[in-house]
Amino acid sequence: MRLYELTAHELKEKIERREVGVEEAVRALLDRIAEVDEAVRAYVTVAREQALAKARAADERLARGEPARPLEGVPVALKDNMCTRGIETTCSSRILKGFVPPYDATVVELLERAGAIIIGKTNMDEFAMGSSTENSGFFPTRNPWDLGRVPGGSSGGSAAAVAADEAVAALGSDTGGSVRQPAALCGVVGLKPTDGLVSRYGLIAFASSLDQIGPITKDVRDCALMLGVIAGHDPRDSTSVPRKRCDHLKGLVPDVRGMRIGVPKEYFGEGMAPGVRAAVGAALKTLQDMGAILADVSLPHSEYALATYYIVAPAEASSNLARYDGVRYGYRAPGCPDSVTMMTQTRSEGFGAEVKRRIMLGTYTLSAGYYEAYYLKALKVRTLITRDFDRAFEKCDCLVSPTSPTVAFRFGEKMDDPLAMYLSDIYTVTANLAGIPAVSVPCGFGEDGMPVGLQILGRHYDEATVLRVAYAFEQATDFHKAKPVLRDARAGGAAMGGTAARGAAASGDGSGEAGGGPTRKPAGGEADA
Amino acid sequence: MPERAKVSTAWAAEAAGRPGPAQDGGTGAVACASEFEPVIGLEVHVELSTKSKLFCGCQAAFNAPPNSHTCPVCLGLPGVLPVLNRKAVEFGIKTALALNCEVASFSKFDRKNYFYPDLPKNYQISQYDLPLGTSGYVDVSVDGGMRRVRIKRVHLEEDAGKSVHESGTITGSSFSLEDYNRTGVPLLEIVSEPDLRSPEEAYAYLSMLRSILRYLDVSDCKMEEGSLRCDANISVRPKGSSVLGTPIELKNLNSFRAVEKALAYEFRRQAEILARGERITRETRHWDESRQVTVPMRRKEEADDYRYFPEPDLVPLEIEEAWVNEVRSTLPELPGVRRERFMRDYGLPAYDAAILTESKDLADYFEAAVAAYGGDAKAVSNWVMGELARLMNATGTDIRDVRVAPTALAAMLKMIDDGTISGKIAKTVFEEMFATGKEPRQVVAEKGLVQIVDEGELARIVDEVIAENRDVADEVRAGKDRAITFLVGQVMKKTRGRANPRAVNRLLRERLSSG
Repeated sequence: MRLYELTAHELKEKIERREVGVEEAVRALLDRIAEVDEAVRAYVTVAREQALAKARAADERLARGEPARPLEGVPVALKDNMCTRGIETTCSSRILKGFVPPYDATVVELLERAGAIIIGKTNMDEFAMGSSTENSGFFPTRNPWDLGRVPGGSSGGSAAAVAADEAVAALGSDTGGSVRQPAALCGVVGLKPTDGLVSRYGLIAFASSLDQIGPITKDVRDCALMLGVIAGHDPRDSTSVPRKRCDHLKGLVPDVRGMRIGVPKEYFGEGMAPGVRAAVGAALKTLQDMGAILADVSLPHSEYALATYYIVAPAEASSNLARYDGVRYGYRAPGCPDSVTMMTQTRSEGFGAEVKRRIMLGTYTLSAGYYEAYYLKALKVRTLITRDFDRAFEKCDCLVSPTSPTVAFRFGEKMDDPLAMYLSDIYTVTANLAGIPAVSVPCGFGEDGMPVGLQILGRHYDEATVLRVAYAFEQATDFHKAKPVLRDARAGGAAMGGTAARGAAASGDGSGEAGGGPTRKPAGGEADA
Repeated sequence: MPERAKVSTAWAAEAAGRPGPAQDGGTGAVACASEFEPVIGLEVHVELSTKSKLFCGCQAAFNAPPNSHTCPVCLGLPGVLPVLNRKAVEFGIKTALALNCEVASFSKFDRKNYFYPDLPKNYQISQYDLPLGTSGYVDVSVDGGMRRVRIKRVHLEEDAGKSVHESGTITGSSFSLEDYNRTGVPLLEIVSEPDLRSPEEAYAYLSMLRSILRYLDVSDCKMEEGSLRCDANISVRPKGSSVLGTPIELKNLNSFRAVEKALAYEFRRQAEILARGERITRETRHWDESRQVTVPMRRKEEADDYRYFPEPDLVPLEIEEAWVNEVRSTLPELPGVRRERFMRDYGLPAYDAAILTESKDLADYFEAAVAAYGGDAKAVSNWVMGELARLMNATGTDIRDVRVAPTALAAMLKMIDDGTISGKIAKTVFEEMFATGKEPRQVVAEKGLVQIVDEGELARIVDEVIAENRDVADEVRAGKDRAITFLVGQVMKKTRGRANPRAVNRLLRERLSSG
């Protein structure tokens, strides 16, 4: 197995046993990026020099005999909305082009303190607004399983990087499903932790009350490992919750016997692709066979979730994004005669269409005379949605659903229809509205052999149960071991994007060539540019 | 909620071209003003004197080099989050209690959204519907009586930065610079109900408010440094009416006097308009200090929509009863109560008591001096309000920097009482004490100012003066009694004031009647 194919815990063990040097590991990843990123385009910035310098420092530490830290030498990618001191941070927006933060996000400090090496910043939908990474202000990222399809979003770059072995693990941010949905569409693991568990300090805000940073990893063990590093109270984030740190690895037992798993009927209705339905149905059967007790539950306010989300999120965004005005940093429109024109022009030129759409939506719903009808009402519905979950969790240890109603779609398929795009989040937004943890774990393959994710939702702060169920399921299946085949783009290979399920359990396969090669221009991919 | 002076040039031009009302209360204005009364409410912002800013650890200091007290948080860089300064909340609670407000047990912060280059996030974190304090009042002494001014609300918010325009004005500049030192400094907004009925009352209310805030030591309240700012709302109605007129908001009031003058001007202007049977247009007006007039800034109908919504980056502020009680226990005796006590315990006239208690430091000084003196408190009051105040004004000295200790003043007063120095000499002694900080005994000894108590020595000098001024002495002998003052003066001159004038007078009379 090549170095870049290892999981974080595997690589860390090798480094700990001095079988592999940190610089060696980092170089392996940098080489892999050089090899395939021209095709995948997961990264907006590769921090090559910084990563190598940190790797050498880590090797020196180890050479001095210092003990290996929890993520010693593990190359990690960050979604480009997490501030990194000295490394450009753009949110994939032209308006932040050239912005080099003078400070590190708390998660960055925590990762580095744990020995992780930041190797680069990944592409995303501009300001995390989107479900396909097509809204990036720079370029779209491609799904490693089929380069003609989107990786999901908005953390599409992070998910694609992990799926394509361009990063051992990554962080994304999840406001309405932005970690879980791309993880599902790229066949990797993605967790949205409980609201307040991970500090948001240094995460460039989209919708503050919904945003949460979460890991995207190759398996559940890595997910637990990453969570253990980044979770914890941070005095710089007033909404971060003072709780004792816990070792999420200890709770990973492959046993769900007697656990009550709720199946919310509202999450299995219309609009779900047959391939997704089949894969998730099989997953439920697997859990049942493992001894879990499935229970039908209802979350009656689910039908209002998407509407609620699309009121709350744009409202907060319209305020959060007001600071990008060209006065202090980032892009400034040239040649303006006065400050009002300058601010207007800067924002007109600097933001993409989807960002502008949401700023306008949010500005409208917060306006005098509309606030009560929209924002205030949305907050009330939010409370009702939270109560739905509270009631369901009285009877169940966790809930399961598909992560996304469809597999990864083709470029341009939903770009002209914002509502269709918004529906991609229909199963994921509720966890953000309720503030509960939810993980997406690979559970098979659907249409055209594309990966499908199973979402497991838990009680507030009960990441332990969510991860345990995910782990047990993962251990009972082999979906997480399946990898897309990516050949060196520089060699001009035509077979890129095909699926090669190395695991035995891959289902719904049979269209290995469906993806098309790197020469195929993604339709509509740059439509927002 | 500070708003910026967005002077619409079109409006300003229109205002300049329009003949304004009589500036110094022409007879017409006086006549019509007497039929109307102004209804005034004030919106005061004070910068709290916390060490650090409201939401970050930067120093909240005045007069530092531009942008030297800034960090990613107060600069509103992408990704930063606010953390509430507990001390600022404590100052807010303290003020709310001193203003007799109900302190909210559950309060929260909201975002006020508007674009301006001096506002880094383009929203201000403020409090909208759940302020820290509500429903309070302040008793203000006006025209010999007392007026209770109700306080509508007290809330916390962050200050904005400062735009510096190349040539001083925004329109005449090719560029502007931003100084964000002030950004995020805690502000307390104190809004009164429209309970004030004259510009003088507004002045008195402001003075009382400043006095209270300084007693609490929560703000230095320097209007010239911007640590106290005031906007006024004024409407005018016929006397006896209970209906409120159209309110006008006044801005750019940069001193207590400006508040009073702008309100007086605005009252006359509106009264004239109403007297003509015309209507007042709702608008915000700008006080032009150099021309002593108000000019329109913008119509209120165009008022911005600030799109308030709860600040999602902060948790709601829950203020426990225990905390409120703890803060309450630290409240000092406030100026109103102290003034009453000074009148009762020291027998001071209302005027003295009001002046002495306006500043806590001055009142403390007075009480310390009275305690050390043990004699007539009115004598202490006379010296504090007289010589001490005069010298402080002349030298621009704050009471905290006065070098005369209250005990030294008391010692000097005792020297007057026991005849060591005369009241006249005492002024000289006090000046020296004020300038050098020396004890009165030392000053008197060094300058040889001890009163001549030896009758023999004094008699000798009296005889000298009579000998040198025979003609005047004769006039006195001839019954021209008033001429004796000249001789007293000569003795005082010879003794450089060290003689007791009463003793001199007696000795002169003894000699001139027997001689």
